[in-house]
Amino acid sequence: MPDAPGLELIRGEIEQDHPGAVLDTGFEHGCASLAIDPAHVLGVLGWLRDAPGQGYRFLSSLHAADYLPAEPRFAVHYELLNRDRVERIRVKALLADPGEDSLPEIDSCVELFPTAEFQEREAYDFFGIVFNGHPDLTRILLPEDYVGWPQRRDFPVGGEPVTFTYNERNYG
Amino acid sequence: MRSRQLRARDMLRGDLEGEELERYVEERVVMTNFDKMLGWARSNSIFPLTFGLACCAIEGIPMAAVTARYDIARFGAEAGRASPRQADLIILSGRVSIKMAPIIRRLYDQMLEPKWAISMGACSSSGGMFSNYAVVQGAEKFMPIDVHVPGCPPRPEAVLYGFTKLQRKIQGNPDQGWRARYGAHGTEEWARGGPRGEPSAEAAKAYLAARELIVSA
Ligand code: SF4
Repeated sequence: MPDAPGLELIRGEIEQDHPGAVLDTGFEHGCASLAIDPAHVLGVLGWLRDAPGQGYRFLSSLHAADYLPAEPRFAVHYELLNRDRVERIRVKALLADPGEDSLPEIDSCVELFPTAEFQEREAYDFFGIVFNGHPDLTRILLPEDYVGWPQRRDFPVGGEPVTFTYNERNYG
Repeated sequence: MRSRQLRARDMLRGDLEGEELERYVEERVVMTNFDKMLGWARSNSIFPLTFGLACCAIEGIPMAAVTARYDIARFGAEAGRASPRQADLIILSGRVSIKMAPIIRRLYDQMLEPKWAISMGACSSSGGMFSNYAVVQGAEKFMPIDVHVPGCPPRPEAVLYGFTKLQRKIQGNPDQGWRARYGAHGTEEWARGGPRGEPSAEAAKAYLAARELIVSA
C-alpha cells in the first residue's frame, strides 16, 4: 500500500496527464484510495496499470456501492493489486444519480482488465449501473425478466410478514 | 419347532382338518387388501431424487440419507435417482430462489405419479430468515408439499421422522398431528380467537400492520 506521501505523489502524477481526474484521496480500513471523476476512469486505471513504477496489473475486485443519501450517490470500486510488491490501491469512481428514469453510466474497463466482465455484469444486475462498451451487459444472477435493482438502498426489502403473537400484541 | 414342521408337512399332504387347519391358517396368513399391500410396498421402496438446493442439502441430506449412523436405507429409500423420471420423492433441501423455482417445478412435473415432496428446513417451508428479493417465501407457492420438516437445518432424526410420516401417508394412514392428539385445535398462533381454519380478526389486522411496516421500511 502506498503511504500518504506516496499517494499524494500518485495523485500529482495522474493530475499531469488527466487534469481534474482525482477528486480526493484517503485511507479507509488500511487501504489507500483515490476518489475519481467517472469520466476519467479508463485513463486513471490505465495509468495505474501501465505507468512505470506503478504496475497495478491485477484487478482483484470490482464492485458497486450505494451511498444513499450521500451525493454523489453511487460508486464503482476498483481494487487493484500489484503482485510484485503485494500492494493494493482502491479507486472509487463516484457516480451521481441521474434520477428515476435513467441509469448512471460509466465506461467499461473490460478492455484493460478482462476479469471485469462478469463483475461489471453483477454491478449492473444489482445496482443498475450501465457500463458503456461492455461486450454483453445483461443480468448475470437474477432472472432475465427481473424488474428493479435490488441492492439499492431504496429497494423494498420484500418477503412476507409473519403473524406472530408478538406482532399481534404490539402492532395489532 | 419340530411339531410345527410336522404340522406343515401334514397340511401339505392334506391331512390337516377341522380345528387344526383353522389354527394353522390363523397363525400363518395375514389378511389384507390389495391397496394396503401396494401402499406398504410403495412406502418402503421410495426412490428419492438426488438433488440439493442450499445448506440443508449439505448438512441434512448426507447426514440423514447417506451416513451409516442415520442410514435412510433402513426405510428402503437409499437408492437415489439422478433423473426425476425415475424418482418418487423430491426433498426440497434449502432455500428456493426465484430463479430456481421454475426449474424445480419442471423437475417435479417430470416425476411420474405417484410422487411426493418433502420440504426440508425453514427456508423451503416459509422462506426462513431470507425475507428478501431473491427467495420464494415457501415452496408451496408453486408446487404441492406433503411433509414439512422444520429446523435450520433439521436434525437427521427430524428428517427421518418426516420421512416415516410420509410413509404412513403413503400407506393411507396419515398421522394425526400433536394438536389432534392433545385436542389442541384453536391454539395456532394465527388462528387465536378466530373460528378454526381462519385467522382471527386481530391476527388479520396484525398481519396487515406488519405488512405496512415492512413495505414502508
Ligand atoms: S433452513 Fe437453514 S440450513 Fe436449511 S437452507 Fe435454510 S438456512 Fe440453510
